[in-house]
Amino acid sequence: MEKAQPRTLFDKVWDAHVVERLPDGTCVLYIDRHLVHEVTSPQAFEGLRMAGRRVRRPDATIAVADHNIATSDRRAGIKEEDSRIQVETLERNVAEFGVPYFPVLDPRQGIVHIIGPEQGISLPGFTIVCGDSHTSTHGALGALAFGIGTSEVEHVLATQTLLQRPAKNLLARVEGALPPGCTAKDIVLAIIAEIGTAGGTGYVIEYAGSTIRALDMAGRMTVCNMSIEAGARAGMIAPDATTFDYVRGKPFAPKGEALERAIEYWSTLPSDPGAQYDRVVEIDATRLVPMVTWGTSPEAGLPITGVVPDPAGEPDEAKRVQLARMLDYMGLTAGQKLTDLAVDVVFIGSCTNGRIEDIRAAADIARGRHVAPGVRALVVPGSGIVKQQAEAEGLDRVLIEAGFEWREAGCSMCLGMNPDKLTPGQRCASTSNRNFEGRQGPRGRTHLLSPAMAAAAAVTGHLADVRTLV
Amino acid sequence: MDKFTTLTGIAAPLPLANVDTDKIIPARFLKTIKRSGLGVHLFDTLRFDAEGRERPEFVLNQEPYRKAEILIAHENFGCGSSREHAPWALLDFGIRCVIAPDFADIFNNNCYKNGILPVRLPRAVCDQLMEDARLGGNARVTVDLARQVVVRPNGEEIGFEIDAFRKHSLLNGLDDIGQTLQHAPQIDGYEARQRQEKSWMPAIAVV
Ligand code: SF4
Repeated sequence: MEKAQPRTLFDKVWDAHVVERLPDGTCVLYIDRHLVHEVTSPQAFEGLRMAGRRVRRPDATIAVADHNIATSDRRAGIKEEDSRIQVETLERNVAEFGVPYFPVLDPRQGIVHIIGPEQGISLPGFTIVCGDSHTSTHGALGALAFGIGTSEVEHVLATQTLLQRPAKNLLARVEGALPPGCTAKDIVLAIIAEIGTAGGTGYVIEYAGSTIRALDMAGRMTVCNMSIEAGARAGMIAPDATTFDYVRGKPFAPKGEALERAIEYWSTLPSDPGAQYDRVVEIDATRLVPMVTWGTSPEAGLPITGVVPDPAGEPDEAKRVQLARMLDYMGLTAGQKLTDLAVDVVFIGSCTNGRIEDIRAAADIARGRHVAPGVRALVVPGSGIVKQQAEAEGLDRVLIEAGFEWREAGCSMCLGMNPDKLTPGQRCASTSNRNFEGRQGPRGRTHLLSPAMAAAAAVTGHLADVRTLV
Repeated sequence: MDKFTTLTGIAAPLPLANVDTDKIIPARFLKTIKRSGLGVHLFDTLRFDAEGRERPEFVLNQEPYRKAEILIAHENFGCGSSREHAPWALLDFGIRCVIAPDFADIFNNNCYKNGILPVRLPRAVCDQLMEDARLGGNARVTVDLARQVVVRPNGEEIGFEIDAFRKHSLLNGLDDIGQTLQHAPQIDGYEARQRQEKSWMPAIAVV
């Protein structure tokens, strides 16, 4: 028998889920977990209803409302009519189709990409999809997880499969110890600044190397979360002891002997020695400096020690025009020091940085300091469970005493879809993942950074180098 | 889904790279439970000022491009979120084909599911087509999917690539779910094997 080709982590998870290969190479790919939220699902359920179809695997599906809901007290219900209709539609649909659901007032409610791993719904080696591009987050467990559109949501609900073509493999190898003040967020912002927002298009990125191995699961999720910002549909990290320790004891994860059998299987998933990648990117973590974005694309990132770039230095005319447009939109002048930029709002939260570890990092900077005058600073836990945990550790008190707002779980100011929004012209230091024009509210200005850097901006009133505060 | 066979129409030049889905349709317009009616919000911040007045300099606010059925843009069109509201808004406005050097992955998929044809052509060709498009109403572009060619107003034909499966589905207006359900026995078989080989896999039930 021919010796099997060495395979990557992606290849192995892919191969294990191919139901059928069609003549042109398109595969019918089986989906293990389908996460559903209120914004991208109403038209999918409507499609099922019109075709007289049912949900094939309610026991592999979980629904939650996160994008639309307010992060203030929600016991009185949702005020904005269109948001309320969307959440009520989700509640009607899950009841009608028998889909498991975490209600808005359930402590397990939260951002879909926080609760999947937290509940043990997302597991290593799984194929996981959701009508949301940041589904890439779950790849931190060693799953193949990617975002899909609403037609595909309907396709998965009806068939538990997707029609897909395999992606190419990109290896991002990050080596060395992270310098003080640098975090997973700085790693991924540096990777995106290096390869660009289209650099990962057509690829699944596998993050590897000693720096990645040393990250906890929260950090790995932050890195995988932003794979889509590099154009890749998914990011993956090989499951290891850190992963297995994380999964152990999670409510929906296998237990006891079943878990041991699962771990035995998951241990076969890491890429084989000699596996081939279509592209390799090397990052030296020891040279990282805390990062911040200055423009309206996630690739517009720089070390906090940098200055606003000058469009005049760009040889390509179309790019020069685009750079000038970014500076204009962001209200910046070429050559300005990034640390001179005063902020109006600080947002700590989102599926990128809304986990307990992120809130601890922010609280560490906030402890014994105070939010600068005139700055509004929000801390929004990624789930009700994260909120409870933070409160058990007293982090809420640290933050409130320092002048931060302590909110209920949800997407909040990550996107302008619920009451937490920027007003035109406001400048925000944000731990979220997108700085597109209008992302956090019409004409709002977003600078992406880590939770510690965001807290540093809150207490100083401007973008700041967190290393000067620790 | 409507079939896509041949389209002859007005093409609008949008010489921007990295046109993200928040630009195509901002998040505040996603609070709908329907697919239709989003065309009025297409490119909202580019098309309208803060008071809701049209910006005359934006291409889709100009004649004859208000009736454009084809859009020509630069690299990485459709990057960002998975929102299918982006192709729904394009479709509702009347655009059935987008031509660009490349497309973000999820957006690209979402187009096919809605009968929109994303055509990948090199940057230099896109620039050429934009020049043609600037000639206005007399400069119609034809996109012939069966023959896989874009026909310039001067009659020159430019070939493009497309997956055989996607071409077949678009030409015939086929619904993916219907096609996949023809493989139901294989899906049943896969699930039976999975229950055996991965018997550790838990079911989700919320109590
Ligand atoms: S937190 Fe932001 S990026 Fe994450 S799911 Fe919510 S809106 Fe999307």
